[in-house]
Amino acid sequence: MRLEPKRRIELERTANAVRQSIIESLVAAGSGHSAGSLDMADVFTALYFEVMRHNPKRPDWEERDRLLLSAGHICPVRYAAMAHAGYFPLEELLTLRKLGTRLQGHPERTRLESLETTSGPLGEGLAQGVGMAYGAKLDGKGFRVFVVTSDAEHQAGLHWEAAMVGGKYHLEKLISIVDRNFIQIDGGTEEVMPLEPFRAKYEAFGWEVRECNGNDMEDVVSTLRAALEATGKPQAIIAHTIPGKGVSFMENDFTWHGKPPKRDEAERALAELRQAAEKIGSAA
Amino acid sequence: MIATQDMHLVDYRNAQALRYVPTRNGFGEGLVEAARRDPQVLALCADLVESTRMQPFRDAFPARFIELGVHEQMLVAMAAGLASVGKVPFIASYAMFCPGRAWEQVRTTMCLNEANVKIAGAHAGVSVGPDGATHQAIEDIAIMRCIPNMTVLVPCDAVQTRKATLAAAQLDGPVYVRFGREKSAVVTTDATPFDVGTAQIFRDGNDVAIVACGILVYNALVAADELAQEDGIECLVLNNHSVKPMDTASVVDAARRCGVVVTVEEHQVAGGMGSAVAELLAERHPVPMQFVGVRDRFGQSGAPEELIELYGMGAASIKAAVRSAVQRKGR
Repeated sequence: MRLEPKRRIELERTANAVRQSIIESLVAAGSGHSAGSLDMADVFTALYFEVMRHNPKRPDWEERDRLLLSAGHICPVRYAAMAHAGYFPLEELLTLRKLGTRLQGHPERTRLESLETTSGPLGEGLAQGVGMAYGAKLDGKGFRVFVVTSDAEHQAGLHWEAAMVGGKYHLEKLISIVDRNFIQIDGGTEEVMPLEPFRAKYEAFGWEVRECNGNDMEDVVSTLRAALEATGKPQAIIAHTIPGKGVSFMENDFTWHGKPPKRDEAERALAELRQAAEKIGSAA
Repeated sequence: MIATQDMHLVDYRNAQALRYVPTRNGFGEGLVEAARRDPQVLALCADLVESTRMQPFRDAFPARFIELGVHEQMLVAMAAGLASVGKVPFIASYAMFCPGRAWEQVRTTMCLNEANVKIAGAHAGVSVGPDGATHQAIEDIAIMRCIPNMTVLVPCDAVQTRKATLAAAQLDGPVYVRFGREKSAVVTTDATPFDVGTAQIFRDGNDVAIVACGILVYNALVAADELAQEDGIECLVLNNHSVKPMDTASVVDAARRCGVVVTVEEHQVAGGMGSAVAELLAERHPVPMQFVGVRDRFGQSGAPEELIELYGMGAASIKAAVRSAVQRKGR
């Protein structure tokens, strides 16, 4: 089922606004991770605004879908999407990484209780997601567990322990969404430590795998929906993304993995994003 | 503080009355009892069901048992996920592997995240015996007590391990319960009280305070009796099972009364229960201290009692430490 064109345009505009908020919060923070945050804006928008069952006014609602950000370093995208979804005021995004903030440099559940986990050390999110999905299955609960992972964290052993357990127990309501952007701190993933064949690895662990263009709203939403309808196996979605997506001088440049824009760079980035926002829908 | 006569100890001086039971058996019994009391209690194991004594739980509650295979990091992180949806997961392995291998997961997913997970660390100490150094956790108290939000319990015998397991289930938050493999003397009874954060005077005295935890509490009691007979030295023996939170009032009071402290634990001297006592007393009531424990060495294969002796934790070593302490006190 395709998105209504009007709905798709709304979601694309939201994703653009999320990207602008990411730039604003990163430049205010003076440190943080730009590339992955920007490239996952479409996925987070799809999750918070279209796919997930959740209620920003009742973050402790027991039946809510769980969204875990395993790759905690790209939290600016999650915070921005949450703020736009109504979990907290947009202005709070400017407190990112500052003393006393709820928006820690890597997410802490005990400081921002609408998060599901504390994350940052890589390779840990899927393991906790397995626990949540197992608990839901045990109690016959209907919520789904989404775990957003980076591609490079698939180098961590624990992630594959989790994949093995998810496969053993057929946790069909568990969805691992991989940000396949091919970069990590020290360079390209295939140079640092090759991950391919990515799809075959998941399949070998008993997962059903789909791939999508992680920067195409239509593709992201339809792939997430297909994964939610599938049964019998845990679900992986390899979302192919362009690191730094939306900001021309950041795109596909691994040096933007772990740094924020400077003030003038942020102005250029915001100008580009505003320009792009105006074009959304004009081609439809 | 509870008076010695209210401890309802076994008549441990009478060889006929003494039973030897592995502390891990107490964990197994406590886990089943905790699960009967609370339907949210689950158990997860990493391929060591029989030796960690999770078998009775698995038999009684198969649907609440999760076998993970050789996945110690997973054990912790998955349990944190289960805790976040309302479960009370107990996870068990050898202490060397969990928490040993899984320290960062314990710190991040359990403690920083305030997850209600209970770690059962079996086969702690050199008394693991023939398996050798790779399997003898003697650093685990140090790496657990330094993490904020973690409770660390080191019960002294099988009966107390059962109670510590039940207490862990009732506490809301991360708990580490440490116990061993080998049969050890049972000195407490069902009537002996047990409260997290309350140390217990097992023997009264005013000359030297022996602050002990785990199975070496019995060795401390034996040493204390022999010292009384041989040297006329009367030791106070404090069972300091609650390493964190520690019963600071009782430890400071023991130091004040005796003026000198000997700590006894089956663990590296560096960072263990004795270190925690030293941190406390250095600030609150500095007295000379002697530490009985492993001194910056690894274990090795051997019979448990041989290793306890070789690494300086037998009754004779405790007596030597007490005598040194008395000399320093007299200066």
